[in-house]
Amino acid sequence: MSEPLLEVDSIDAFYGDFHALAGVSLRVGAGQVVAVIGANGAGKSTLLRSMSGLMHPRRGAIRFEGANISRMPAFDVVKAGVAMVPEGRRLFPSLSVEENLLIGAQSRRAGPWTLTRVYELFPVLAERRHLPATALSGGQQQMAAIGRALMANPTLLLCDEISLGLAPIILREIYARLSEIVREGISVIAVEQDIVQALRAASYVYCLQEGRVALQGRAAQLTRADISAAYFGV
Amino acid sequence: MTVWLNIILQGVLIGGLYAMFAAGLSLIFGVMRLVNIAHGDLIVLAAYLALVVTQTIGIDPLVSLLLVVPLMALIGYALQRGLLNFTLGDDILPPLLVTFGLSIIIQNGLLELFTADSRKLITGPIEVQTVQIAEGIWIGALPLIQFLVAIAVIAGLQTLFYKSALGRAFRATSDDQSVAQLMGLDTRHVFGMAMALSLAVVGVAGVFLAIRANFDPAIGPARLIFGFEAVIIGGLGSLWGTLAGGVILGVSQAIGAQIDPGWQLLAGHLVFLAILAVRPEGLFPKVAG
Repeated sequence: MSEPLLEVDSIDAFYGDFHALAGVSLRVGAGQVVAVIGANGAGKSTLLRSMSGLMHPRRGAIRFEGANISRMPAFDVVKAGVAMVPEGRRLFPSLSVEENLLIGAQSRRAGPWTLTRVYELFPVLAERRHLPATALSGGQQQMAAIGRALMANPTLLLCDEISLGLAPIILREIYARLSEIVREGISVIAVEQDIVQALRAASYVYCLQEGRVALQGRAAQLTRADISAAYFGV
Repeated sequence: MTVWLNIILQGVLIGGLYAMFAAGLSLIFGVMRLVNIAHGDLIVLAAYLALVVTQTIGIDPLVSLLLVVPLMALIGYALQRGLLNFTLGDDILPPLLVTFGLSIIIQNGLLELFTADSRKLITGPIEVQTVQIAEGIWIGALPLIQFLVAIAVIAGLQTLFYKSALGRAFRATSDDQSVAQLMGLDTRHVFGMAMALSLAVVGVAGVFLAIRANFDPAIGPARLIFGFEAVIIGGLGSLWGTLAGGVILGVSQAIGAQIDPGWQLLAGHLVFLAILAVRPEGLFPKVAG
């Protein structure tokens, strides 16, 4: 890997006294899909929250395109080009589908993603653009959440538990769209509990266990035994 | 019969003023769950600001709106960014206590600067002009203007809230602050803009309050109560509801005053309590989702 797009350099993150991340490092190159897997409470979401600026690591640095973003507030991180699809979709219930997408463009970054492009990617959203976001099904809400993040024209997309609560057929559809997005040059960090899905989509995998990187490697080279050892710590 | 018709009409017109008290209050609560106890005192502050502006520059009170409204908006933005943002969090008590303190500071500050004397803004001949709308029914030009301005303010807020990018940011921030930040919204700025807007409406309300009747530094808390009652009657989160709430409150007070002059405020409070008992969500609550 040449100069990474994003580099997490041994960060330590805390919730009060709880040591959630201990010396975690991670690298993503341009156009790469990286999966972060791990059991509940392994620190996956904390890692994403740190990268998106929602929380700040106590030690260590997070460099994006060479600049340290570890102290940046979330609204500046997205302006720098890191957009997040939060866990549980978290669409704005008071806003229509289209308004949810438009709020995604709030950071006013220039780029290829517009309402039209998002509607091309997810035609079902175009049909339902004027409905309240709460009227969508789970899969459609996930599409809207991805579309909303794309509207920021990010260089790096952070996806937190996209597969959560979705039927396998919907999930395949969403991951197919995600690989179209990647082909356009956007890098993705996907936090997943669904290991099969993660290994299929990503080229490189990090497995977290109790706040540390227990295993990392090319998705194709990791064996099932390695992963379950790192995942469950047995 | 015409007596009662007149009474009700006066009540409706004053209801516009109450709706303006309420709209700013409702907006702030809606966007950041902040109950602004100093809201009434800020209305009185706007009235004094108008007094100073009219006396020093010698312009008509209605023209002073052009200065008072932007000034109040600036004060609102500064107040939010400099003080109130630091009180916001999971606990709703700190903003309550801080705005309560602010209320005391404003009242006493005004008392120091302007004494406890009653003041009033004088607009000249327009104050006594009336329009006859039917046999025996006349309405004053000023109350009519005030009511039309109130409708324009509510309509303007409604449009801003549901049709503009700023309104979208308000609603998104109200829904989910941390995701709003992920979308690139600086919530501190969004809150500042919301308070600026709230105090701009307060500016309009303060000037009309000062033209309509005497004011002194101590009348703020009662305006806060009227605003609260209008919000609750109309239903939280509904702007047109606050207009209806203001009108209902105004009409109740007018009818009470007609029965016995001492019953004016009591009648308003009783109607408010009755509606709270029967329909605690208000008459026009915003539909969830």
